[in-house]
Parts: sequence; C-alpha cells; structure tokens
Amino acid sequence: MFDKKIETASRAEIADLQLRKLRHIVKYAYDNVKMYRDKFDAIGLKPEHIVTLKDIEKIPFTTKNDLRDNYPFNLFAVPMKEIIRLHASSGTTGKPIVGGYTRYDLENWATCIARILSMAGATDEDIIQVSFGYGLFTGGFGLHYGIEKLGAAVVPMSSGNTERQLMIMRDFGVTGLVATPSYAMYLAETAKKLGILDDLKLKYAFVGAEASTAEMHKALADIFHVLPTENYGLTEVGGPGVSGECKEKCGMHVNEDFFYPEIFDVEKNEAKQEGEYGEMILTTLDKQGMPILRYRTKDITSLTYEPCKCGRTTARMARVVGRTDDMMIIRGVNVFPSQIESVVMDMPELGNNYEIIVDRKNYMDVIEVHVEVGDSSLLTNYSDLENVVAKLKAKMKAVIQLDVKVKLVEPFSIKRGEGKVKRVTDLRKVYEAQKETI
Amino acid sequence: MLVKQLSVFMENKPGRLFKLTDTLGKAGIDFVTLSIADTKEYGIVRFIARDNAKAYDVLKKAGFAVEQTLLLGVEVPDRPNALAEVIELLEKEGINIDYLYSFALFKADSAKILLKVSDTDKAVSLFAEKGIKMLNEKIL
Repeated sequence: MFDKKIETASRAEIADLQLRKLRHIVKYAYDNVKMYRDKFDAIGLKPEHIVTLKDIEKIPFTTKNDLRDNYPFNLFAVPMKEIIRLHASSGTTGKPIVGGYTRYDLENWATCIARILSMAGATDEDIIQVSFGYGLFTGGFGLHYGIEKLGAAVVPMSSGNTERQLMIMRDFGVTGLVATPSYAMYLAETAKKLGILDDLKLKYAFVGAEASTAEMHKALADIFHVLPTENYGLTEVGGPGVSGECKEKCGMHVNEDFFYPEIFDVEKNEAKQEGEYGEMILTTLDKQGMPILRYRTKDITSLTYEPCKCGRTTARMARVVGRTDDMMIIRGVNVFPSQIESVVMDMPELGNNYEIIVDRKNYMDVIEVHVEVGDSSLLTNYSDLENVVAKLKAKMKAVIQLDVKVKLVEPFSIKRGEGKVKRVTDLRKVYEAQKETI
Repeated sequence: MLVKQLSVFMENKPGRLFKLTDTLGKAGIDFVTLSIADTKEYGIVRFIARDNAKAYDVLKKAGFAVEQTLLLGVEVPDRPNALAEVIELLEKEGINIDYLYSFALFKADSAKILLKVSDTDKAVSLFAEKGIKMLNEKIL
C-alpha cells in the first residue's frame, strides 16, 4: 500500500481528519474566492456554521456554469505566482473548465494517482505506457507524475498512432497501460489483428476518463490478458485521482483525505443512503490553487463504507452507471448507454464496438444499435446471423424494456476515438436545434 | 476431398464489394468461384480463391470478418437429371443442403457443384460408396 496509514485508518479517524480539513477549506475558500464569499453571504452562511460533516449540506452547490462564468482564473485562491500548472477540459460546448495547481497541489495529485496505481497492483518494477493525450487534458500529465511518484518507469506515449503504440509496448516490455477503456479495447483489437498479443508483457490496464462496464473489463481481460482497473476523476476537482479500483475490483476507493464524496438527490435536496444511487457531489478537502466546494459531477453512482477485502477502509464508489445528462428518455423510458453496452459486451459472437442512434419516426422514438460482428465461426451462414440478431434484440428488451432495432455492421467500420468516444447520436436533439434556429 | 471456401460478412452498401475484390486483386489473388445472395442489410460473400490461405490472411489483416468453411464438391455429367440424382442420394440419407452453387471451368463436359450440407462426413462416405466423383482443391 502506498499510504497505509490513511488507506487503512478507522472510519472515525477518517471522519475526524475530513472534518478538520473541511472546516479549514471552507474558511479558505470563503476568504480567498469571491464566488464562494458571494454564495455564502447570499444565504447568510458563515464558515463557522460548518461544525459537523453533515453541515456540508448547508453549502450551496458549485456547478459547471459557475466554473464557466469564472473563466479563466476567477476561482483561483492564490496569486498567479503560486500557480505552477494550468489544465483545461476538452469541453465540447462553450468555454473550457480550467484548473490551476500550486506545487503542493501537484504533489498531492501525484500521491492520489500513485495510491491508485499501487492498489491496482503496480509497483516500482513496472513500465507503464500513458496513452492518454498529453496537453491541457488532465489525464496525461496527471497519470504521468503519479507513475513517477510510485517509482515505476513512465512511457509518455500520448494518444494516436496505434500501431506505433503497440510496437513500443512490445519492444519496451510495457507491463501497464493507461488509456480510456475504448482506446484500450481498440489497442487490444489491433494487437489481435496484427497477431502480436503473445509478444506483449502487459499485466495491467488502468482505464479512466470515460465510463466503462463490467462486461467491457471482461472483454479487455480476455483479449489483452490484463487486469483492467478503473479510476475516476474530473477536471473540475483536479483531474484523475479521485478514486480507483483495487485488485478486488469491488468499487473505486476514494482518496478521502483529499475528496469528500456525497451521494445526493439534487431535486429533492436530500442525501442518499449508503448503497443508494444518486448524483455524486465532490468537495476538495486539500487544495490551494482552486478549492471546489460541493461540485455537482452529474455522475450517477453509489458509495459503501464497508472495509474492503484488500484491507483498505476508504469509501468505495460504484462504477458510474451514467450521467444525469447522458440519460436518454426513449418513449418515456430512462435508458443509459451503459445498459446497452453491457448487453453488447456480453455476447461473444459480437465485436466490442457499437453505436446507438436515437431518432423520431412518425412521432415515435426509435432506438437503433449498430454492432460490429466478431470474427467467430458463427458468422458463415445467414441463419446464425439472424439468430445473433434475435438474441441481441431479446436481451436488449429484457434490460431496457424497449424494442431495439439491431443492425450488424462490418468489423472496424464504426469510428474509433483515441480519447473519449461518442457512442450516442440523438437525432431528436438535432431536430430540436433546427426548430430553434427556424 | 473437401474444398475450402471463404465467407466474408459484408454490409449491403455501395463500395463494399469493390473493397473486397480490390483488396484481393492488389494482393494478386484470383477468384475461382464467387457467390452472393441478395439480402436487405447485410450479406455473406462466399468464394474460393486460387490461394485461399493467402486470401484469408490478406482479408484478416485488412479488417474483414472472414471465416473458412469446408464444402463438398462434386462433378456431375452435363446431362438432364444428373444433379437430381445426386440430391436424391442425400435426401434419402436425411442429409440437408444448407446451400449450393455451381460453376464451370473451360472445356468442361461436366458441371461442378459445391454444397454445404448438414453432415459433411456422412455425405462424403455416401458419395464415395456410390462412385460419385468429388472435387479436390487441385481440380479448381
């Protein structure tokens, strides 16, 4: 364990530490960031009113719009000379989200990552290839310095040029891969296609930056012969390093001395119980550059505080099942892309790449799933292909209670991304947008 | 005794068959047979190439979903009822035909038929017993 003392502390010790850090950061944010001072003053809240951990619920949420409105540096709590690194989100719409880090912040960030890599099995003996993009995106540099802190050798590959990635992986004897789950899958498929799987020494795949499912992990494990573990974070609270899976793969251990997680029903304004799913709210407990209080992540997950089989006592968050903003409502039914992914990944006859198209025909929502065929021997006659389609439809119906149109497509015909992948095309939104412009 | 055939999964949209034939053509691979059934969304292109093993590798590397199947090949005389006699044999033994296609080579006085049947081994021994001439890959 990288930080045994904190990773195995008793729940009471963790709560004590969190309360101490929370009271400090609330006062620090109030004193140094105008937006927080304004938010507190507007409702007559003073930092002294935060006496217990539960009191955190008195603090107003911070939203993505708050971060955009304060673009680029208005949420920084220190003068620019203290900031030594800037990052920003990819942000497909509007202004990007900016993060500013002091030297102290970067040290802590590396610690959080080193813990996560270590709990997934990595040691200073490992050679770890970072196939996240390097740049403004927090993923590349975030993982990079964590790997160095762990003492493993980092291969700063960045994203792109898949065949070269695999050549380096083979020639350097790389044992760990850092990538988005979809890019890891693409690397695995390509390695298989090139017939070099047996030449690789990979043991671990540390996947993050986009949500994945148990079935996707299984597919990665089967093809790549690695232990895939997921880690979680977001630019708004500093990037990756909020939490990560240990080898037991039963939830992601939250770095609770740096982040305070809540699961909340925002509409009803009430906290969810342990084990219940809801939106994750995150508070940074130990940040100098840009402290963030109660950030609405929009990620839907749950928390458990049971000690883990690995010996750690930190809270574990479930895999993110969806985002409040990527939930599709199709004919009144709530559908998450992750539900469709789990069905596709669970069928060995099919490949691992798919896309979802939602449309409206004759005033009715229709959902269509395109899946690449696998290369299994089942695919040599029509009746087998028809059976595969029928089976996929039946499974979809069982999981999402809707009739789904299924279309089999050729291998490698669905666009792959090297970063986050866009799986859903909602044509209904395109119509809405057109209507508005008219 | 049996003939190797390659099957390629293909979406029914323009340019796909070109990509297949072009990929093979550029690798210097000839078709011996080629068969496509028409369907709405996707089809299976079935063919025998002059060098099947090479064709398989080339297509795999190019990212096609390709699979090998073993077919039964028979040569029947070019006269009425010849094919019916062969099919009758299979039917009597309860062997189903999944699909079948025929092809001809130059200067042939017989027709060549390729069959995918439900029980290949049984059909092979049946044809051997009845003296029906089976094709091997060399004839192609």
